[in-house]
Amino acid sequence: MIEVKNLTKDYGQLRAVDNISFTIPQGEIVGFLGPNGAGKTTTLKIMTCFMPPNAGNVYIDDLNIYQNSIQIRKKIGYLPEGCPLYGEMNVIDFLKFVAELRDIEKASIHKRIKEMIQTCGLKDVVHQEIGELSKGFRQRVGLAGAMIHNPEILILDEPTSGLDPNQIAEIRALIKQLGREKTVLISTHILREVEATCDRVIIIDKGKIVADGPLAEIQNSFHNQNRVYFEIKADTHMLIDEFESLPNIDSIQLYSKENSLYKFYVNFSKDKDIRPDLYNFIKSKEWILFEMRAEQRSLEDIFRQLTEKVEDNE
Amino acid sequence: MSNISAISQKEIRTYFYSPVAYILISFFLLITGWFFGTNLFLINEATMRNIFSIIPLIFIFFIPAITMRTIAEEKRSGTIELLCTTPVTETQIVVGKFFASLVLLVAAILSTLVYVIILAILGSPDGGIILAGYIGLILMGAAYSAIGIFSSTISQNQIVAFIISFFIIIILFLLDKFLYFIPIWLGSILQYISIDFHFQNIARGVIDSRDIIYYLSIVFIFLFFACKSLYKRKYL
Repeated sequence: MIEVKNLTKDYGQLRAVDNISFTIPQGEIVGFLGPNGAGKTTTLKIMTCFMPPNAGNVYIDDLNIYQNSIQIRKKIGYLPEGCPLYGEMNVIDFLKFVAELRDIEKASIHKRIKEMIQTCGLKDVVHQEIGELSKGFRQRVGLAGAMIHNPEILILDEPTSGLDPNQIAEIRALIKQLGREKTVLISTHILREVEATCDRVIIIDKGKIVADGPLAEIQNSFHNQNRVYFEIKADTHMLIDEFESLPNIDSIQLYSKENSLYKFYVNFSKDKDIRPDLYNFIKSKEWILFEMRAEQRSLEDIFRQLTEKVEDNE
Repeated sequence: MSNISAISQKEIRTYFYSPVAYILISFFLLITGWFFGTNLFLINEATMRNIFSIIPLIFIFFIPAITMRTIAEEKRSGTIELLCTTPVTETQIVVGKFFASLVLLVAAILSTLVYVIILAILGSPDGGIILAGYIGLILMGAAYSAIGIFSSTISQNQIVAFIISFFIIIILFLLDKFLYFIPIWLGSILQYISIDFHFQNIARGVIDSRDIIYYLSIVFIFLFFACKSLYKRKYL
């Protein structure tokens, strides 16, 4: 279990992390989400004992970063931001080097390296120099290095940045597979990443936590409106006005209008489901209904809402 | 201990798998060879004295070039983060890097044994003095390396690291070169601090514990500073 308590970190005048606390139970995949410069990387650097905070502490089981730095580092596998690697080494030498630093027993080093090459799909590039590898392979080499000592906790700082869609899918699948037995903390500013891989999301902005919980819960609590998308063919110029005159509707957003095909969103209060009324209304007008679907509020909307709200308060 | 050797081995591989080591050693042999060859038949003596008096000067450029990348490069490329989040202490990193540059240095120094062999063929050199000279060179080189490693922790720019170590070394080197202008009581202190003075003692064939202690303390002090400087990143 990871417990972050009242962490604060300043870089000179700038407060990068401002009194944040959260806990992560074992075996959870947590997405650490925030815009650039929100303090994600700083928090992760503190958790991995790269630098100390100005105040607060991080506990892993009953170890803390001040007294048990070395033991904590043994439990964590860390992929730093940008995936720094020794470009002049070849893949196998690099993995061997990391394995030695990680105090893996001499007898099992070879076995572990083999396993990592297998899991991360590095078979074809084993003897290649790291500097010559593509970004996707470098990322995988970094991951292999982070996991070589089979850590309980995996901390990945933007593991999919700069990869192409296929590689992203592969890395995500790998992370999901790992998450079955390990605690994984992924930092990212890509929302789809969190939607695709994480059980829980912590949203951080300007050094403060603005939301923390399972994805579905956050999504629910942050929209008090339902939203339905319509595509309707109607020979009238008054369609939008007619919808607006209906009761219980908060607002209507026209998406596009081509000839007589209207595409628009209807927002209404969450307390009352007026979809039957809407349907009956369309039927009574004898318009042609092409499409009608409930819109899921995406994490993106919530994210924007949350991170902009903080700005407004200032 | 195994961590130190892992870091040293990695560094040594980096030196010898890339052209760095070979270029540096060839360069070193070229300069020393010129001084050796041009004077050999002029002086007509089977002695390494010429070489031993010129190598400390060459080291002022040569050793900062060996050590400048050690930690500066890790900082620049961000691999320092990789290194410092594994269960390795700052001391292990610094000592590991120090040993690695020492290995390259000793390889360069030993390559000059060629000259000793030539001398042995042409005449009968004094083995004792030459051995003392080599011990002195290695001790002096170790001191320079420690200064170089320390400078490398200060900046993430290799050139800056080179210049800083060059200046520290040259100041320590020149301390006893201006003694005529300085009162005697101060002169003897400066002489003791001077890095070249102790080498000249050893090269004369006198291995005094004071000289050895001097070099070992320089190594210890600068490696200690290097650890502190590397540790300081945590409080930036």
